[in-house]
Amino acid sequence: MDVKSLSKELLLDMYYKMVLIRRFEEKLVELYRIGKIPGIAHGYIGEEAVAVGVCSALRRDDYILSTHRGHGHSLAKGVDPKYLMAELMARKTGVCKGIGGSMHSTEPEVGVIFSSAIVAGSIPIAVGVALAFKMRREDRVVVSFFGDGATNRGTFHEALNLASIWKLPVIFVCENNFYAISSHVSRFVSAKEIVDRAIAYNMPGKVVDGNDVLAVYEVALEAVERARKGGGPTFIEARTYRWLDHGMYYLGKYRPDEEVLAWKQRCPIKLFKERLLREGVVTEQELERIDARVLQEIEEAIKFAEESEETDLEFTKQFVYVR
Amino acid sequence: MSVREITFAEALREALREEMLRDERVFLLGEDIGLIGGVFKVTQGLYEEFGPERVRDTPISEEAIIGAAIGAAIAGMRPVAEIMYMDFLMCGADELINHLPKIRFMTGGKLKVPAVIRTQCAFYRYAAAQHSQCFPAFLMNTPGLYIEVPSTPYDAKGLLKSAIRDENPDIFIESAALYRVRGPVPTEEYLIPLGVADVKKEGKDVTVFAFSIMVHVALSAAKKLEVEGISVEVIDPRTLNPFDKKTLIESIKKTGRLVIIEPDHKTAGVGAEVTAIVVEEAYDYLKAPVVRLAAEDIPAPFSPKAYNAFLPNEERLINTIKSLVKRSK
Repeated sequence: MDVKSLSKELLLDMYYKMVLIRRFEEKLVELYRIGKIPGIAHGYIGEEAVAVGVCSALRRDDYILSTHRGHGHSLAKGVDPKYLMAELMARKTGVCKGIGGSMHSTEPEVGVIFSSAIVAGSIPIAVGVALAFKMRREDRVVVSFFGDGATNRGTFHEALNLASIWKLPVIFVCENNFYAISSHVSRFVSAKEIVDRAIAYNMPGKVVDGNDVLAVYEVALEAVERARKGGGPTFIEARTYRWLDHGMYYLGKYRPDEEVLAWKQRCPIKLFKERLLREGVVTEQELERIDARVLQEIEEAIKFAEESEETDLEFTKQFVYVR
Repeated sequence: MSVREITFAEALREALREEMLRDERVFLLGEDIGLIGGVFKVTQGLYEEFGPERVRDTPISEEAIIGAAIGAAIAGMRPVAEIMYMDFLMCGADELINHLPKIRFMTGGKLKVPAVIRTQCAFYRYAAAQHSQCFPAFLMNTPGLYIEVPSTPYDAKGLLKSAIRDENPDIFIESAALYRVRGPVPTEEYLIPLGVADVKKEGKDVTVFAFSIMVHVALSAAKKLEVEGISVEVIDPRTLNPFDKKTLIESIKKTGRLVIIEPDHKTAGVGAEVTAIVVEEAYDYLKAPVVRLAAEDIPAPFSPKAYNAFLPNEERLINTIKSLVKRSK
């Protein structure tokens, strides 16, 4: 994609979001290690270009559904980091009032309609949201994020089939980071390529370099336009890599060092930054200003979270039923 | 108010139709519910009246049906999904149990999921262990789901209309064995509040707690016992969540005896919970031990002879009540 065809504002926003996710996740690891974040959490470091590339192609009123590895999606769609941080720290001010935790970020105002921690669990729900849009003749679209492991669950197949026969405005974004916890895709995906699974559901399937934010943006833009015009679903396989382990703990050695190193050398933020400077569309100073702004925002988010009240049992009870 | 006799299935159909006319957000989805009006004909005629957009036939994909209902509900629609047999709820268990009841809670109340999942327990269809199950206690043990278990056409219509309007997820449990049962239903609109039990028959000697099909067994037994001088009160909870403890306990205070007749398995079934409630909250009023008549703790057998003995029946209920009253005089 031609960088010069895009507005500087958009490019800087993409850079900002990617750096925001990276610094947020680095802080997550740090705070988790010292016990300030409880529960379980999954880091998005290394995959930033997918969330940012896709969400940059969406309108504010388009919806996304996210996964257990969802902080990046939420931040890319516009969730304020302070509410997300407060959630991770189990505070009443959190994005889910400290009741959902890391894996259920929801902020319909900015288009994060739901995040499920069950692998593939949010895919049929995304199909239902898209059905609502279609039935109401709204021109909004839905993005369903999931990983490579999700494509082995039955619910993935049921959902894609339904979306296709009903021609719904949904974009399925498979973040293929090659490992379902410890299992490499080559061991457990019978298809030659994950994207081939789209063929079975009669929808276009695209493979994209998930570490190239502009490439992701371009593919997403096309899929969004198609969905918005009533053309139905698209399947995108974005190939990327998670730098951290599955969660916050070391689970053993299942990836060769050279592989990890090679992907880290293709850091999505570094690649984007180099390209922006090489093409001369932004200055080093402009990017540094964003870097500084992000650091400040993260510090403010932590302060906000720590100063917020912890979620207690009685408080949670009011949210089970609508009475 | 004028009243006519209609069947349970007709009452459900009227409820669906009226709510679809009243609120354009209401739509139906499920297997074979459109073109042929459902395998049990509950939705007959609605496809012709409302079209394929609002009466949506689906593939055999329970996970996707329940998931799509959840998605449509959180996006502002009022889906009513049909799962053909209660057994098949388990095909969609991830969406049913891990998602539907938890979404409002997990999102700190940001979302609501006003979806209704209609299903039915196929009593007396001799359809063997995968087409006969009834496991409402499993759902009661999953906070976040409202559960309706209507026994009459009147209740079926009023409860279904309320469930559709309600903002919570509802599992609406019908029975194919009840679809042709006729009963009085007003022509004028009415609603039945969720969480209010109905005293189906007043009595003073013994309380029988029964839901769904067992209400009819209890009423028939009560009629026969009346002749023998035993006065039976029949309590129908109508919804298992919310659960109306008050009506049940008031009845125990009056009769001092409780017999539960239930079509689900005995171990950790609905009756176990009802017994616990009564023991915890009305122990001092009991004149005799609580007795449970439930389905055997085995999967449903196919053989009609075996199946008929597998479910509790009127004869056993009558004998149980007689001996209970006798020993606790």
